Amino acid sequence: MTAVEIAADVRAGRRSAREVVEAHLARVAESDGEIHAFLHVDVDGALRAAGRVDDCVARGEDPGPLAGVPIALKDNLCTRGLPTTCASRILEGWLPPYTATAVQRVVERGAIPLGKTNLDEFAMGSSTENSAYGPTRNPRDLHRVPGGSSGGSAAAVAAGFAPLALGSDTGGSIRQPAALCGVVGVKPTYGAVSRYGLIAFASSLDQIGPFATTVADAALLLEAIAGPDPLDSTSWPEALPPIDVRADVAGLRVGLVRELSGEGIAPDVAARVAAAADALGAAGAKVDEVSVPGARYALSAYYLIAPAEASSNLARYDGVRYGLRVARDDISETYGATREQGFGAEVKRRIMLGTYALSAGYYDAYYGQAQRARTLLIRDFAAAYEQFDVLLSPTAPTTAFELGAKTADPLAMYLSDVCTIPTNLAGHPAISVPFGVGVDGLPIGVQVLAPALGEAVMFRVAAALEEMAP
Amino acid sequence: MSSDWETVIGLEVHCELRTVTKLFCGCRNAFGDEPNTNICPVCLGLPGSLPVLNRQAVELAMRIGAALHCEVRGSIFHRKNYFYPDMPKDYQISQYDEPLNVNGSLELPDGTRIGIERAHMEEDTGKTTHVGTSGRIHGADFSLVDYNRAGVPLVEIVSRPDIRGAEQARTYVSELRAILVATGASDGKMEEGSLRVDANVSVHHPDEAFGTRCEIKNLNSLRSLGRAIDYEVRRQISVLEDGGRVVQETRHWNEDEGRTSSMRSKEEAYDYRYFPEPDLVPIDPPETWKAAVRESLPVLPAQRRRELAARAGMAPADVALLVELDLDALVTSAVALGADPRIAVNRAANEVAAALGSAPSLDPAAFATVCRMEAEGRLTATQAKAVLGELLVSGGDPVAIADARGFAPVDSGLVEAAVDDAIGADAAAWARYVAGEDKVAGMFVGKVMKATGGKADGGTVTAILQRKRSAAQA
Repeated sequence: MTAVEIAADVRAGRRSAREVVEAHLARVAESDGEIHAFLHVDVDGALRAAGRVDDCVARGEDPGPLAGVPIALKDNLCTRGLPTTCASRILEGWLPPYTATAVQRVVERGAIPLGKTNLDEFAMGSSTENSAYGPTRNPRDLHRVPGGSSGGSAAAVAAGFAPLALGSDTGGSIRQPAALCGVVGVKPTYGAVSRYGLIAFASSLDQIGPFATTVADAALLLEAIAGPDPLDSTSWPEALPPIDVRADVAGLRVGLVRELSGEGIAPDVAARVAAAADALGAAGAKVDEVSVPGARYALSAYYLIAPAEASSNLARYDGVRYGLRVARDDISETYGATREQGFGAEVKRRIMLGTYALSAGYYDAYYGQAQRARTLLIRDFAAAYEQFDVLLSPTAPTTAFELGAKTADPLAMYLSDVCTIPTNLAGHPAISVPFGVGVDGLPIGVQVLAPALGEAVMFRVAAALEEMAP
Repeated sequence: MSSDWETVIGLEVHCELRTVTKLFCGCRNAFGDEPNTNICPVCLGLPGSLPVLNRQAVELAMRIGAALHCEVRGSIFHRKNYFYPDMPKDYQISQYDEPLNVNGSLELPDGTRIGIERAHMEEDTGKTTHVGTSGRIHGADFSLVDYNRAGVPLVEIVSRPDIRGAEQARTYVSELRAILVATGASDGKMEEGSLRVDANVSVHHPDEAFGTRCEIKNLNSLRSLGRAIDYEVRRQISVLEDGGRVVQETRHWNEDEGRTSSMRSKEEAYDYRYFPEPDLVPIDPPETWKAAVRESLPVLPAQRRRELAARAGMAPADVALLVELDLDALVTSAVALGADPRIAVNRAANEVAAALGSAPSLDPAAFATVCRMEAEGRLTATQAKAVLGELLVSGGDPVAIADARGFAPVDSGLVEAAVDDAIGADAAAWARYVAGEDKVAGMFVGKVMKATGGKADGGTVTAILQRKRSAAQA
């Protein structure tokens, strides 16, 4: 059942939130042992929340547009009184004293959080293998990765544990796992959703967004979480324009991004994207190739900017106030020992990379240069959007790869995000929609990109692709 | 110490802003509360929390900028990265190359202008108390951290290296403090850490380039500031005169030992890895806001000194104390009511100033009357002080007080006669006075005062003596 259907049934009293939640928890109990989508399942909390929704309906009140809909939460979203680890040893046992704005909003609209999902430690990775608590497996093929970093949320939706999930996307961490697990994933416009309570990886790139099985469900969840928040200075000060999920693309101009299509993209993925473009053309859209030259430098710029911000954002995990403390005689040694034991290899790699990029004497060559590349990319996107309403590309270069296939080669892993990173650098929205399968029978996602606050037109194209998907 | 060394000082003053709440969250900004009670996820830097800029803090920072004649402009925040237990995020949100206020100046009472390079906003850290023998983080048995201060808004005011000695540095800080209090930005309480000073000190020969500087930290009073600079100047001169060279470093002032000691050298200096704070948006105050801030500023001390000095016919430096004590309004009112400006300034700076804090407020009209009576010779200086003293304690009408005390003007002929009597009674002393021995005058004045029952004015008696001496010499 979709979220739209569940909410309609629960609001109308045709189905209780409790039975919906129990059915989903039963699926989790049955299959999550092998998938490992969740780091923490909050059975009692979910049943209590379901009870509140049912009481609300019994009193004749409306619990809201997400009434009784189970939702899985990436474990980098703060939840008051529930463990929030970022899949890191360094936050083991920490209980946040507050709840993220986006989580607060879904709960206020009747959704039922089932628990916290696995991720690459501090959202750094593309396979969910960088979790300190073990990897998540792809429900479509248990020998394969679900993608990452929001692999647990993508897997939870793909496995039917919850119709909806929240993830975070810094360089593709929602869209890439959505593509690999065959579900819908959205990275909203930077600022559309409050980041308050999202544990920061790279603040200028991080954005919370939805996972769902349908485009309409993703829109429902996005509308619930979007909107200004006085607790986030970078949140957009006005409401997001209403989202449109009519599958109507007649007259829309669709640009196929040349830089994100050729080299490095698996032939079966490229073929699906071409098929999607043809389908849109057949449905009345005007499809053409477009060049976004700056996209070529996006990956390089990203791997300077994101680690630089991360090196600062992750400084606070020092063993002084919360989380892991490995006590030594001296404060400097305590810092060192705590961070040595608390962080995994990829997190350390990025902290070192970012620290170096910001160092005196190197700032201009690395961080400064990356910011200039970012500015040029934004300029190139602006030029493209003068000619096109939306852009089209693969979401990921390949289908889901096997567990362990890229863990020894960070650069190969980084290339998984080559198609998704440019939108994060630009602050634009993008959505991944399943569009058939590859030669291995695994799902392939097509990415629709739009200009800032262009969610409405982006969702129309996504709905059309969903309708025409093989 | 050789006399041809010149001291060059630049000061960095951290001023805690008197806002209701902290810089980036809604916690109370208050001194002296129970430790760790004014805290929240934001000022504790908990994972996932985000800063939101306090508008009142920006306004107070703009007031400081305007009062220091700075250019107030659009600015952004940066992150200053370094590890310390009292800094919850292990970075400080500060302003770096685009500060809110730049290129200002501060005028000292003697008219010297000290350049202000910048006055930027930043957040305060928590307060650490190191328990153990050393009092420093290294060697402490344990440390206590109070995060109530973490996130309190600060403005750091950086002077140009225009200050030329310990005394001028102290004057600069007291003047700055007066301005900060006048603008409402600060309570000026150095003892509570509301103002904290770091001093960059170097010495050189005036015809040569500036010497290598040392930064002295932990200066929590004007006394510490003066002592630390004096010590540091002596230390640097002694190093140089022994053929050594001054090493650029940060030094810690130890109040008890009366000396500075090395904290870290330039080589060990932190690389703060500044980069623009992505969690905040740029500040760009509109012209209307800037204009409103400028127009709402009170008259500042330098202007008040100039106005009073002009009215009293004195130099601004001579009325500095009155402005500092907030007595310039009393003097101005009294002068408007006919008081002699010099007498009013004199009495206010002495008798009134001495009674500040213990006396009820002085009625400007009564004060003006006392000054006028003194100027007109109806009261001697001594009598005027006595009347003023009673006014300050219990108020009342100065004329009635003078009458009650029997302070009637003395007949000038009577005084003249008493002077003649005194001269006649001691011809030998008179001869010595005529010969130029000035101190003998005191003896004659004393005799005349005795003869007139203390009613004669000492100044008048001295004047008569001088006139008679001139006549005798001619």
